[in-house]
Amino acid sequence: MGCSFYICSGFYATLQERFGMSTTSFKLFTFSVFLSLVGTSNLLGQHGVHGADSLHNAAIAAEHGATDAVHADDAHGAATEAEADFDAAALIMHHIADSHEFHAWGEGEKGFTLPLPVILWTDNGLVSFLSSAFHHDDAGKHVVEQKGQRFVKVHDKIYYANEGADDHGAYVTHGAEHAIENRQPLDFSITKNVFSLLMSAFFLLLLFIPAARSYGRSGGVPKGLAGFLEPLVLFVRDDIARPNIGEHRYAKFMPYLLTAFFFIWINNLIGLIPIFPFSANLTGNIAVTFTLAFFTLIITNVSANKGYWKHIFLPHVPLWLYPIMVPVEIIGILSKPFALMIRLFANISAGHIIILSLVSLIFIFKSVAISPVSVAFVLFMNFIELLVAALQAYIFTLLSALFIGLAHVEEEAHH
Amino acid sequence: MITGIAAIGAGLAVIGAGLGIGRIGGSAMDAIARQPEAAGKIQTNMIVAAALVEGAALFAVVVSLLVA
Repeated sequence: MGCSFYICSGFYATLQERFGMSTTSFKLFTFSVFLSLVGTSNLLGQHGVHGADSLHNAAIAAEHGATDAVHADDAHGAATEAEADFDAAALIMHHIADSHEFHAWGEGEKGFTLPLPVILWTDNGLVSFLSSAFHHDDAGKHVVEQKGQRFVKVHDKIYYANEGADDHGAYVTHGAEHAIENRQPLDFSITKNVFSLLMSAFFLLLLFIPAARSYGRSGGVPKGLAGFLEPLVLFVRDDIARPNIGEHRYAKFMPYLLTAFFFIWINNLIGLIPIFPFSANLTGNIAVTFTLAFFTLIITNVSANKGYWKHIFLPHVPLWLYPIMVPVEIIGILSKPFALMIRLFANISAGHIIILSLVSLIFIFKSVAISPVSVAFVLFMNFIELLVAALQAYIFTLLSALFIGLAHVEEEAHH
Repeated sequence: MITGIAAIGAGLAVIGAGLGIGRIGGSAMDAIARQPEAAGKIQTNMIVAAALVEGAALFAVVVSLLVA
């Protein structure tokens, strides 16, 4: 698949002159053709679930790097077994959820993935290994032995394995409603999301520290990277922090607001790029948005003044309304960051689900004729998601600044 | 059956979002028609309000996903 791209670029200039198209429209055309070809090759390469004997072959193929995996895939692509029905919902949920590996292409045991380190705090101490030790098994059938303990992975969660396998060959016990009853070690693995978080944090540091330093060297004049970042920083200061928090107090909260704004924006954008190292859905993970909203909650309430707490616990209403007003106000303290958490999580996850669903259309209809339509829709949705990425970062920061500003209540004279 | 009802619930929530954002857009259009020079500010505030209404609709989507 990669070689066709190079051939295309070789023919670029001549084909362009031949058809007399403008550069941009020609690029769009070849790009959509390329995407349709990728769609068909994926369709041809799809297999059903294999038995245990091909596990070994797939494991060797996956561990030997790109070229070997392509050969293994091509060899099997021609001789596909009966395809399992395409489960769009499962695929989509798998792709927006966290994972112990970066999935590049292929499916099940024949897939090519980049394994990530698994770090577990077990009864016997710290255990770490690469997630390729599980050999693409997600059903609890492959046991990994480390430090005298046995682990299996089911639906991307790691459990202590049972001594014997059940009738499906899995080393876990299923309880009511398919819930797994095995114990779990504490999972501190570098999963996709952790990798993306560290990478985006590192990238933000790489971006901002040199920019900040350059101000000293150039005597306060923004040059280069600082010149690029300054309008964004000033935007956060003048349109978000100053109007909502007030002239006298805003400077203390600028670091948090800037961090939230750029962190959320960068991670939203990273989630939209489908290639390693970018494809992690970090801000669509409710634990991450919970943490961000929790920071807002803490900062709002720690920096609040007496007037704020008076309004909550001693509101200016008749005494008989207190049993209603005080609980409502207390719920209000918690519901505002809760809304922040849900808003960011739902917007980003919903965007990813929509894009994945539109791409899955090709596989649901099992026809290559759908791909121009699907690709056009996906392109359109990606543009909207670009807007949503920046907008959700802005909304989160704006509402955080608003809550911080509202937490400082000046006592007016009319009471 | 619960999944079907959850899907219907999500659809109903989207009706509310559509109506809300439609109204926001309509008022923004009226305001821009009245005062074309304020178009930039009006547009910014329209996008912000639309994102907040969207947030409410996505609450419902999250609940439907939890149920189903």
